[in-house]
Amino acid sequence: MEMTGAEIFVRCLKEEGVDILFGYPGGAVLHIYDALYQQKDVSHVLVRHEQGAVHAAEGYAKSTGRVGVALVTSGPGATNAVTGIADAYMDSVPMVVFTGQVPTSLIGNDAFQETDSIGITRPIVKHNFLVKDVADLAATIKKAFYIASTGRPGPVVVDLPKDVTAARGPFKYPKSVHLRSYKPTVKGHPGQIKRAFDLIIKAERPIIYAGGGVILGKAADELTRFAKTLGYPVTNTLMGLGGFPGSDSQFLGMLGMHGTYEANMAMHHADVVIAVGARFDDRVTGNVEKFCPHAKIVHMDVDPASISKTVKVDVPIVGEVKEILKDLLVLLHDSGKKPNASALQNWWKQIEEWRALECLKYDRDSELIKPQFVIERLHALTGGDAYVTSDVGQHQMWTAQYYKFDKPNRWINSGGLGTMGVGLPYAMGVQMAHPDETVICVTGEGSIQMCIQELSTCLQYGLPLKVVLLNNRYLGMVRQWQEFFYQGRYAMSYMDALPDFVKLAEAYGHIGMRIQHPQDVDGALKEALSMNDRLVFMDFITDERENVYPMIPAGAGQNEMILI
Amino acid sequence: MRHIISILMENESGALSRVAGLFSARGYNIESLNVAPTHDPTLSRMTLVTHGNEAIMEQIVKQLNKLIDVVKLMELEEAPAVERELMLIKLRADGEAREEVKRLSDIFRGRILDVTNKIYTIELTGTSDKLDAFVEAVGESRILEVVRSGAMGIARGERVLRA
Ligand SMILES: Cc1ncc(C[n+]2csc(CCOP(=O)(O)OP(=O)(O)O)c2C)c(N)n1
Repeated sequence: MEMTGAEIFVRCLKEEGVDILFGYPGGAVLHIYDALYQQKDVSHVLVRHEQGAVHAAEGYAKSTGRVGVALVTSGPGATNAVTGIADAYMDSVPMVVFTGQVPTSLIGNDAFQETDSIGITRPIVKHNFLVKDVADLAATIKKAFYIASTGRPGPVVVDLPKDVTAARGPFKYPKSVHLRSYKPTVKGHPGQIKRAFDLIIKAERPIIYAGGGVILGKAADELTRFAKTLGYPVTNTLMGLGGFPGSDSQFLGMLGMHGTYEANMAMHHADVVIAVGARFDDRVTGNVEKFCPHAKIVHMDVDPASISKTVKVDVPIVGEVKEILKDLLVLLHDSGKKPNASALQNWWKQIEEWRALECLKYDRDSELIKPQFVIERLHALTGGDAYVTSDVGQHQMWTAQYYKFDKPNRWINSGGLGTMGVGLPYAMGVQMAHPDETVICVTGEGSIQMCIQELSTCLQYGLPLKVVLLNNRYLGMVRQWQEFFYQGRYAMSYMDALPDFVKLAEAYGHIGMRIQHPQDVDGALKEALSMNDRLVFMDFITDERENVYPMIPAGAGQNEMILI
Repeated sequence: MRHIISILMENESGALSRVAGLFSARGYNIESLNVAPTHDPTLSRMTLVTHGNEAIMEQIVKQLNKLIDVVKLMELEEAPAVERELMLIKLRADGEAREEVKRLSDIFRGRILDVTNKIYTIELTGTSDKLDAFVEAVGESRILEVVRSGAMGIARGERVLRA
């Protein structure tokens, strides 16, 4: 059947099962908007800034595991999308971003609103395509979704010149994709799995170190069964939280720079580290020279390039972690072998001693609102079952530490790029994907101002988000580093001239609350959570001097944490 | 250590910049790079010469394989292979040096492509080492211009790189 490129575009989205698209119109994509206007299958969310569109698509993807989709115009539309694309790349978010482009005849002429979107995004995408002929459009979109969602997921950019969206061409959506150069490994190598098993089962001081790959690979159930069967301790990375139940006694908390003492000490003293879908990021390892000095390391990951990149491992297994864990469970069952019970008992005894230090304790008698307290109460009052997004800074770390995520895809934050401004637009995407769930955005007064304009989008689409602003009047994470490492010279970290956030929320048509005393925290949270048809913006005036503990300072090993 | 990587990649605009971009973004070094379409017009063959220890080479190979446009690659020195580079060199060849330049060219099995009464333009092929040796032998002061293709390579015997 013949149709225009713009109509083909819409049909392709429908074929891919895309129900929602986040975007912002402009000259180069007008044909597409015209085609979107004339149909009902794919709904479009109009954001207030293209960065918001891409982050919202990420929020949608991170909370569902499905591909998020964004559409922006050429030139400034595309450049505004860049931060979101980079954010998705660093966190391996399955996403397809469509950028408008000037007509093919004008490409290279410095035409109005022309940028080399393919060139600009090349280092921050899994792949990108420029469609030069309408005849290639459907097949290219098919490839884009396939690449974005398979193997190690990631963002794919498809650049669409205006004339291609106007031209008429045949529509035939390919049933499958074959790319001779792209064949992600699914099953792990049986020999490697056997080697890993032998090491794992004989471990005396084992630890399971699980990352975002468990969430992306939809392997939380398998991981939990694996860990439960063995009785081994589990730690999660920032991106892996929820991959193993946070309230389980086998869970040691997050590891890394602001991880728990018990998690980091267990890593340091372990004899076998079982890394599952984690990438030995520098915020996890601290000084790599001092990382896990006594351990043999098993590493399962779908991306071979993540293996032995920063830390040399002993048993690499390339494949989907879900499949590998299943195979390990079969071996565990069929071999009838059991872990070394007495060694394990001693190991747990040691771990409980570390845990008894209560590294996450804080002053509960303070007159001031402690940010940790707000998160703890939030956890209690939502039954630990909300979808929680955060921005970047101290509030992000406190949320990771004190909100015990029991399920995957509930914790949505920017780990790799550490992008301030993501929290609110992430939450929009999450709420769109889960209209009946409680969605909370924990933020700081610095971060929220980077995408504050999206409060307007929230009103337009009636998104009943709950914004928890931990307002410490400082770019807190920056202030903390200046306190620790720059003798308290607080250069540009005090946020002067803050707006009245209550009035600001009201100006955007939402409900604003200001909470100044610890005894008012519960009441405010309860009231806000009970309003399931309104966005409530809670401005918690918190202790400006609070720091995130514990901490591994730069250059130190995991056993050299600063405790409170 | 010096390594030669042969890469078969999609003959598409942008493929070359993905490889070049990967090397600059990750701080890998490129000593030379040579690329042209193969007998199959959908494929290009690239030969890339780089330096790095074992860990860096492992990452380079993995990162290259991750690029969607890279179909296949091999590290040439893992098995016996032939390496060749082409050089065109323009030399001042006047007075008594004229005979000397000719003699050197013969020793290195060069071909004189173009002659004026002051200049020889010579074609040479061989390993990059051999070309270096020729450049050294004629001496800086005689050289007017050098064009080198960068190394290319192919495995000996049965071993082939194909899609
Ligand atoms: C876009 C961007 N710019 C700068 C930074 C550097 N940075 C990291 S945390 C932080 C402070 C965040 O302040 P706020 O949002 O108020 O949160 P708090 O740390 O006070 O909880 C800054 C500036 C960043 N991560 N992202």
